[in-house]
Amino acid sequence: MTASPARLTTHTNAALWPVVGMALLVITNVLFDTLRAGGPGLFGAGAFLHVSVRDGVPAGATIDVLNYGATFVILAMGMAPVIAARGVDLSVGSIMAISGAVAATMSVNGHASAVSIAAALGVAALCGLWNAILVSVLGLQPFVATLVLMVAGRGVAQMITQSHIVTFHDAAIEYIGLGRPTWLPLPVPLLLAITLFAGTALVIRRTALGLLLEAVGGNPEASRLAGVRSRLIIAGTYVFSGVCAGLAGLIAAANIKAADPFHAGQNQELAAIFAVVVGGTSLAGGRMNLLGAALGGLLMQCLITTMYARNIGSDVAPLPQALVILGVCIAGSPRARQWLRARRMPA
Amino acid sequence: MRVPFSSRHLPMLTAGAILVALLVFGGLRYDHFASLANVFNLLGDYSYVGIAGVGATFVVLSGGIDLSVGSMIAFTAVLMADLVARGWHPLSAALVCLVACTFMGAAMGWLICFFALPAFMVTLAGMFAIRAACFLVREQSVGIDHPFFAWTARHLELDLGGGAVLPMRSLLLLATVAAGVVVARSTGFGRNVYAIGGHERSARMMGVPVVATRIRVHALAGLCSSLAGLVFTMYKQSGDPTSAVGLELSVIASVVIGGTLLSGGVGSVQGTLLGVLILGVIRLLIDFQGNVNAAWTSISIGLLLLVFICLQRLIVSIGNRASQQVLPARKP
Repeated sequence: MTASPARLTTHTNAALWPVVGMALLVITNVLFDTLRAGGPGLFGAGAFLHVSVRDGVPAGATIDVLNYGATFVILAMGMAPVIAARGVDLSVGSIMAISGAVAATMSVNGHASAVSIAAALGVAALCGLWNAILVSVLGLQPFVATLVLMVAGRGVAQMITQSHIVTFHDAAIEYIGLGRPTWLPLPVPLLLAITLFAGTALVIRRTALGLLLEAVGGNPEASRLAGVRSRLIIAGTYVFSGVCAGLAGLIAAANIKAADPFHAGQNQELAAIFAVVVGGTSLAGGRMNLLGAALGGLLMQCLITTMYARNIGSDVAPLPQALVILGVCIAGSPRARQWLRARRMPA
Repeated sequence: MRVPFSSRHLPMLTAGAILVALLVFGGLRYDHFASLANVFNLLGDYSYVGIAGVGATFVVLSGGIDLSVGSMIAFTAVLMADLVARGWHPLSAALVCLVACTFMGAAMGWLICFFALPAFMVTLAGMFAIRAACFLVREQSVGIDHPFFAWTARHLELDLGGGAVLPMRSLLLLATVAAGVVVARSTGFGRNVYAIGGHERSARMMGVPVVATRIRVHALAGLCSSLAGLVFTMYKQSGDPTSAVGLELSVIASVVIGGTLLSGGVGSVQGTLLGVLILGVIRLLIDFQGNVNAAWTSISIGLLLLVFICLQRLIVSIGNRASQQVLPARKP
C-alpha cells in the first residue's frame, strides 16, 4: 500500500466519521418517530432523544446506547492495537463466553467474588497469550490463528459449564454489569469503558508504545531491523485484547446474571472490528485512532438500538450491520480513496 | 515460496497415515468400528462437508479464504424449504438456490478484487449477512414434505452388496470430488488458480487473468456450498436458519488436513476428501466412546487444524532452506 497525502488528512479527521454516523442515525430515528407521532402513543416526536428519570436513574434510548455500548468500547480498545499492528483477533466473542463461564462456574462453586473475577480475567489473558504464541512465535496468519480459538473456544466454554447455562447470584459480579456507584448516576460498564479508554490512550499516546505499534503495523520487518521488538509488541496486543474481551464477557454475563456458553459474545468479533475500522484504524495496519475506535463502539450500539426501536429482530439485525461494515471497508479502500481524490481535484 | 517435490506430498501422505491409524485404533478398541458399512456411512454423513470442501479447496489454493460456507448451507436449506412449502417443485427450487449462492459468491469475489479488501473481512461480513438473510426468509425451522424427496431417497442409491449401500449424497460427493480433481488438474482455470496462489504478482505478469479467476473461484465456492446445502437439506428433510453454524472451520480444517497450504498454491482436491474422512472418523470415535462431552468435537477439530498448520509451516521452512542451499538468496 502506498502512502498518499489523503492518508494524512483522513488520519486526523477519522474520529469524525462515527460522530457523523451517529448523527445520521439519530436524525433517522427522530424522523421516523415524528412520522409515527399520530400513531400509537409511545412514539412521540423526539421519543428517541427523550431521557426520563426512573427510580432516580436516567433512562431512554440515548442512555441505552451509552450503557450497552460500553461493551463495544471495551472490545474496541482491545482490538485497535491488534489491528494497528497488522493483526486481527476473531476470537473475542469466544473469549467473552469463556470468561463469563469461568466467573459463573467459580461463583456457583462457592469461591469469593474477587477470586472468580480474577480467575475469569486471568483465563481471558491466557486465551490472549495462546493467540499471541500462535501469531508471534509460530508465525501463523492472525486470522487463521484466532479462528482456531473462535470455534474451539466455544467448545471450551461449554466444557467449563458442562453444556449448561449457569445462573449465578453474586452481588460483586452483578455490580460490574448492572451496578451504579452512589456518587455518580452512571452505570458501571460505562465507567469501566471510560477508564479503560483513558488508560489505554495515556499509555499509547504518552509513551513511545503507540509509535512502536504503528511502526510494527506499517512494516514489521523494517521495524524489527530498526531495533523494535516487533514480536513482543504483537504478542502484547493479543494478550491485551484477550483481557478486554474477558472484561466484556464479565459484563455480558452480569447483565443477564448467567453465563451462556452458546450465545455469549456471538457476532461480537465483527462488531469490534467494525468499531475499530470505522474509527479510522486501517485494516492494512500502521494507523491507529483510539478515540475513533471508542466512538465506533458507540456507533455500533447506536445502530443496534435503532434496529430495536424500528422493530427489526435481533436475528436479522446482523444483515444491515454487515452491509454497513462492508460499506465502511469499501470507503476506506485505496480505489475508493483514489476515486474521491480524483473527484476533489479534477486534473 | 518453494516446496520441494518430495515434501509436497508429505502432508497428504501424513493425512492418509493418520486416517489408517485412526481406523486401526478404533477397530482394535471398539467392536463393529472398522467395518465397510461404517466407512460408507461416513461418506454419507459428511458428504456436505466434503462437497463444500471442494469449493473451499479452490479458494484456499488461490491464496484466499471463505468463511461464509456455513451460512450459505443454511441459506440454501431455508430457501429450499420455503420455496417447496410455497408449492415449488424441488428441482426448480434447487436451481434458484444454486444460482443465488453462486451469485453471492461471485459478488464477494468481486468486492475482494475490485476494492482490494482482505478476503477474510469480506467473507466474514458475508457470513453474518447471509446468516441474517436466512432469518429473513424463515424465522423458524421448516420441514420439507414432498414426494420427490421420498423418491430420491428410495431410488437413487448404489447397492454394493454385503449391507453396504452408497446413498445418493455420497455419490454426489464422489462426483463433485472427481469433477474438482479434473478442473484443478487439467483445465486452464485450475492452472490459473495454482499460479495465483503460488505467487500472485508473478501470475499477473505472466498474463493470468487474476481478477476474473478470483471471482470465478469465489463463485465456484458459492456453488459448491449451495450444492452442499441441497445435500444437507435432503439429509435433514428440513430447513433450519440456525443450522451449520461454525461449519466453515470444519471445512477449512478438512482442506488443510488434506494437504492444501493455507498460503495457497500447493494442495489437491482429492486430499480434501481424506481430510473430511479424518474429521468424520474423529467424530465417530467420540460417538463410540459415548461418555465424552460433545464440546470435545469442536476442540479436537481446532487442535487438529493447528497441528497440521504447524506441520505445513515446518515443511515450507525446510523447503525454503533446501532451495536456498541450491541457489543462495541474493542480498538486495
